[in-house]
Amino acid sequence: MNTPLLIAFLASTAGAATPLIMASMGELVTERSGVLNLGLEGMMLVGAVVGFMVTLGTGHTTLGLLAAALAGIAMALIFAFLVLTLQTNQVATGLALTLFGVGLSAFLGRGLVGQTVAPMAHLSLPLLSDLPFIGPLLFRFDAMVYGSLLTVLAISLVLSRTRLGLTIRAVGESPHSAHAIGYDVIGLRYGTVLFGGAMAGLGGAYLSLALTPMWVEGMTAGRGWIALAQVVFATWKPRGVMVGAYLFGGVTVLQFHAQGIGLDVPSEFLAMLPYLATIVVLVIICRNPQTILLNKPMSLGQNFRAD
Amino acid sequence: MSRLERRLEPSRAMMLASPLIAAAAMLATGSLLFCFLGQQPLHAFYVYFIKPLTSAYGVGELLLKATPLILCGVGLAIGFRANVANIGADGQLTVGAIAAACVALHFDQVQAGWLLPLMLLAGALGGMAWAAIPALLRTRFNTSEILVSLMLVYVAYLLLGYLVHGPLRDPAGFNFPQSKMFQDAALLPLLMDGLRVNAAFPLSLLAVAGAWFFCKHTFAGYRMQVSGMAPAAALFAGFSEPRNVWGAFLVSGALAGLAGVGEVAGPLGQLQPTVSPGYGFAAIIVAYVGRLHPIGVLLASLLMSLLYIGGEAAQIELQLPSAITGLFQGLLLFYLLAADLFIHYQLKPRRHIAAALATAPSGDPA
Repeated sequence: MNTPLLIAFLASTAGAATPLIMASMGELVTERSGVLNLGLEGMMLVGAVVGFMVTLGTGHTTLGLLAAALAGIAMALIFAFLVLTLQTNQVATGLALTLFGVGLSAFLGRGLVGQTVAPMAHLSLPLLSDLPFIGPLLFRFDAMVYGSLLTVLAISLVLSRTRLGLTIRAVGESPHSAHAIGYDVIGLRYGTVLFGGAMAGLGGAYLSLALTPMWVEGMTAGRGWIALAQVVFATWKPRGVMVGAYLFGGVTVLQFHAQGIGLDVPSEFLAMLPYLATIVVLVIICRNPQTILLNKPMSLGQNFRAD
Repeated sequence: MSRLERRLEPSRAMMLASPLIAAAAMLATGSLLFCFLGQQPLHAFYVYFIKPLTSAYGVGELLLKATPLILCGVGLAIGFRANVANIGADGQLTVGAIAAACVALHFDQVQAGWLLPLMLLAGALGGMAWAAIPALLRTRFNTSEILVSLMLVYVAYLLLGYLVHGPLRDPAGFNFPQSKMFQDAALLPLLMDGLRVNAAFPLSLLAVAGAWFFCKHTFAGYRMQVSGMAPAAALFAGFSEPRNVWGAFLVSGALAGLAGVGEVAGPLGQLQPTVSPGYGFAAIIVAYVGRLHPIGVLLASLLMSLLYIGGEAAQIELQLPSAITGLFQGLLLFYLLAADLFIHYQLKPRRHIAAALATAPSGDPA
């Protein structure tokens, strides 16, 4: 592989990794508090369509991102109300949220197909962005790429070093103990679920505003599910999410660079790679039940009632 | 003032009423949505939900679209009863369709009675093979069957895309990404002239009956139900979890595969880039709305099928977006989950504070 090709490959990897990081980090926080939200794909889709719609209408990417986050929160609120207040089954409700999001986004996006917006602005620093090799790899991305890395750092610090993070983890490990010493388990879980929604909305919007600046029905193509799997094979650790996202970003963009590398494989088989890789990595991590048992929040997927 | 109170026993009446409440709430929301879209709600309601049922052709379409939902839904329900979450039925359906199409296209010149049974067998085996992967990974490597079965849906779609763009593309088809049309011997017989509903529908009824018998009268069905309702009891009784997982996946995979045969050897008549408009996912809703019971699945499939054909009718007659169908499907499941609250809880008027304190749970879920 020659250098320009390698640079293009690595740079597009960062782009493909960013929505995965956003969605996974949101889900990670939700799951650390003990709630499993399988509606990631649905929230991402609604975020993608709403973000695109608002950006198209106002011309401002920032407003689009804000709207996408709010749309994700609104979707997550439905889930939170059903699961936390009405005590419905988390798996069934998450599936419902995804199916609803697929339908809702197709419905909202019916007039948007075929339109485009200007892709998100890229960083341009004098001197630095023009450096050979290092420039395009470090100093020429859009704000979300840097933002997603900061998010990983911030969430990692909050979870490990702050009282809030400790509370979230305590609620996820043992909601009854947390409740007994006076924490508002349901209130805190509302917070983490809505945070997960906002992040998923942003991740979705990154797809429709930066990666491919247009709206296509079902454009997440399973990224929400890959992001979910990623939380598992990151063993619920922010660091792992970042490594995983860049790995999967690379696998995802491989199909666009295959010809340049000289890989003569039908595009469909290359497009299968992210899904197959997800399965393979899941198997590697889950093969040892100890790994999962030691790292998984103890109350994950179980509803809590204070009685 | 009233408050929610936990029932001593789950309410059987609410079990059965909840899907009806959910359907009614969905219809009410639908009418509101029609208003919002500038339609006369009553007229739109009529076009969407009633008119398709007023003609023989409409009823035929209803049964045609209900068929894959019944086949997939019955299989999924068996799994869900045992806490085995196969959500990749759409992939298993797709692979079943591919397998049947391969048989049909291979024996393109053969006019024989054994061709259709062979296609059905191939479809069922194809679906089973695809479903065996998540079953194997879950039982052998402890891997989430939800994520694996779902990932395999996308792999199946891409495999189908590769085949219709490549090896199975009709050489005389002007480069369209689709296979040759199947010959007559490879098409399911129609039930009635002029309608599109075919022999796959009675087959799906057979599946309903078979599933009912399995759940009600076989030990394997009993084991699976116990494992779903009381995992600890199942463990204590020595019921094998891997056996449940395998059973659930193989049965639901085979049924989803048959649903795929029903599509390619039925209304499609060839392999196309998309075999199913998400029947495998709609079947998840069908299974829950049908209370994981075969007869319930049958009824829920008819309702869900009405959403599909009503959506098409409304698109043609009222220029309503076809995406409404997906929206209604999602709403239906939300309403069902919410209404299910009243299986375990009831609204009680608040009389005495003392009495309320004595009986009500301290953490009021409402």
